Amino acid sequence: MDLSAINPVLLVASLMVAATPLLLAAIGELVVERSGVLNLGVEGMMITGAIAGFAVSVETGSPYVGVLAAAVAGAALSFLFAFLTQFALANQVASGLALTLFGLGLSALMGQGYVGIRPPAMTRLDIPVLSDLPVVGPILFGHDPILYFGLLLTAAVWAFLKFTRGGLILRAVGENHDAAHALGYSVIRVRVLAILFGGACAGVGGAYISLIRVPQWTEGMTAGIGWIALALVVFASWKPWRVLLGAYLFGGINVLQLNLQAAGVAIPVEYLAMSPYLITILVLVIMSADKSGAPASLGRSFHASQ
Amino acid sequence: MKLTKLLTSAAVALGLATTAMAEDKTKVGFVYVGPVGDGGWTYEHNQGRLAVEEEFGDKVETVFVESVPEGPDSERVMTQMALNGADLIFTTSFGYMDPTINVAKKFPNVKFEHATGYKTAPNVSVYSARFYEGRAVQGHIAGSMTKSNIVGYIGSYPIPEVIRGINSAFIHARKVNPDVQFKIVWAYTWFDPAKEADAAKVLIEQGADVILQHTDSTAPQAAAQAAGNVITFGQASDMSEYAPLPRVSSIIDDWAPYYIARTKAVMDGTRESKSTWDGIGAGMVGIGEISDAVPADVKEEALALKASLADGSYHAFTGPLNKQDGSAWLAEGETADDGTLAGMNFYVEGITGDIPQ
Repeated sequence: MDLSAINPVLLVASLMVAATPLLLAAIGELVVERSGVLNLGVEGMMITGAIAGFAVSVETGSPYVGVLAAAVAGAALSFLFAFLTQFALANQVASGLALTLFGLGLSALMGQGYVGIRPPAMTRLDIPVLSDLPVVGPILFGHDPILYFGLLLTAAVWAFLKFTRGGLILRAVGENHDAAHALGYSVIRVRVLAILFGGACAGVGGAYISLIRVPQWTEGMTAGIGWIALALVVFASWKPWRVLLGAYLFGGINVLQLNLQAAGVAIPVEYLAMSPYLITILVLVIMSADKSGAPASLGRSFHASQ
Repeated sequence: MKLTKLLTSAAVALGLATTAMAEDKTKVGFVYVGPVGDGGWTYEHNQGRLAVEEEFGDKVETVFVESVPEGPDSERVMTQMALNGADLIFTTSFGYMDPTINVAKKFPNVKFEHATGYKTAPNVSVYSARFYEGRAVQGHIAGSMTKSNIVGYIGSYPIPEVIRGINSAFIHARKVNPDVQFKIVWAYTWFDPAKEADAAKVLIEQGADVILQHTDSTAPQAAAQAAGNVITFGQASDMSEYAPLPRVSSIIDDWAPYYIARTKAVMDGTRESKSTWDGIGAGMVGIGEISDAVPADVKEEALALKASLADGSYHAFTGPLNKQDGSAWLAEGETADDGTLAGMNFYVEGITGDIPQ
């Protein structure tokens, strides 16, 4: 065992990278679910965002345009879901699952010509002096812009839900869509907007994997992150800061357990391998001991005639 | 995607059943563990499938289902294939072993070929490649080229095939460099680019300047490239898009000749159950071009090693070798028998860490 081989600064820096795709997808899904819609298509939207972002980056040479394209692609795919569930009143669970299958297939098709290509690199933040600081530099000031965007987004979503009128309406729609409708709010419009936002976030999360974290395109490369994001929203009791905590815990323990393995720590590998799931669930379940439940209208279709 | 594939193949089968009963095509099914676009393991199996199609043209029809999880789900996929009239089914991952045996019992007339396993039945053959021969060549290059004397190894699952690879690479790295250490990380997946990239990054952060992988995607190659000054080897497929650096060589699986031979045997009715385990000599394991990043003398030695493995004059597990706990395994000049290799569940002396049980 040689724990000195683990560099804590690099560990924290890489856990932030590992957590970001999860955070982005989960924060988007959180908004969707707070509006009362259950979209199980996160995985499909992520992988579509991953290939769209990748392809556009390669074609234009700009990773930022790529990320933007990923957001658009994720939102476009989620619009399909919005149409099915909000206008055609299809079952949300079935539509979401279909969206995941569709997204996986579509991305594989779109990605045919992009296997083995290297995307243009996204420049890391490089602030003179600050980025060169010994410990704080690599942790706080040495990342790519999308990582900071994820953190800002979490803060923005929290503030939006807590302090703004728009956030109140969104929550009202999610808690009791009949009451919100009776008050004159357009339930469908709010939900469609929330779904589009969720799709865009998932798309950016996917692009983060294909452009920054890995970076390359491989079929099926999100490998289940979307499902973890879905679970995370539930365990985080639909609260933004808990989503952040959960994502960092999960990403962090994942990186940590690999580090411990490489350093030859005498803990059986099976325990290390399951630890990210176990600890994240445990911490969030303990935290959700307060009475924070799911949005009351979650997963229920709304039609003004009912 | 899986579902759509199944539905299409079901629809196709239905169409065939009603319209073209007379047509006597041999139907060959393939069950893949990853997507065909993984650039590694599944990609090469699919190349084998395409070779079968090319060889037999109209006389054969192939179907495949990709990204099938190992375990019960694969049993369902195989059953579906057999019900749809497949004559021969290749199940291409270790974890399909028990499902293959189970399904084979239910369909005695369908022939099964299971890759990398060890359980056979009258209608189940097993086939595998002696990847450890390729690992020996990799270990030689890795041991010669590492400057930090730390070689990172990304394992998938602690199964004999992977452990053989680790041992073989380690033995040959130690031969040229007595100070070399292996850091082994188990990813518990065959295919998860993000996780593989994380594992590679962790190993590099901990000082490894050579990364060997036994997972299927090219993600570790990309991570090594980003880090710089790290060398890697293509796994299962050539991965030449990362040559000449970080990828300095590769192990290439070539299933095409075997798949063609087995399909032919089913057509002729001569197929019987057997175990095939071929290596570099038979062409089932190929060594990808050793790039110019490797010093000329190392390259020459590596090629000589490859040649001696190919003609059988040298066995990758030749004594004296001890097990990790120090107990004697092979005496001077003794070579390992296939039975021990097939069930290998121990590290050789010098490797630190435990195999997850």
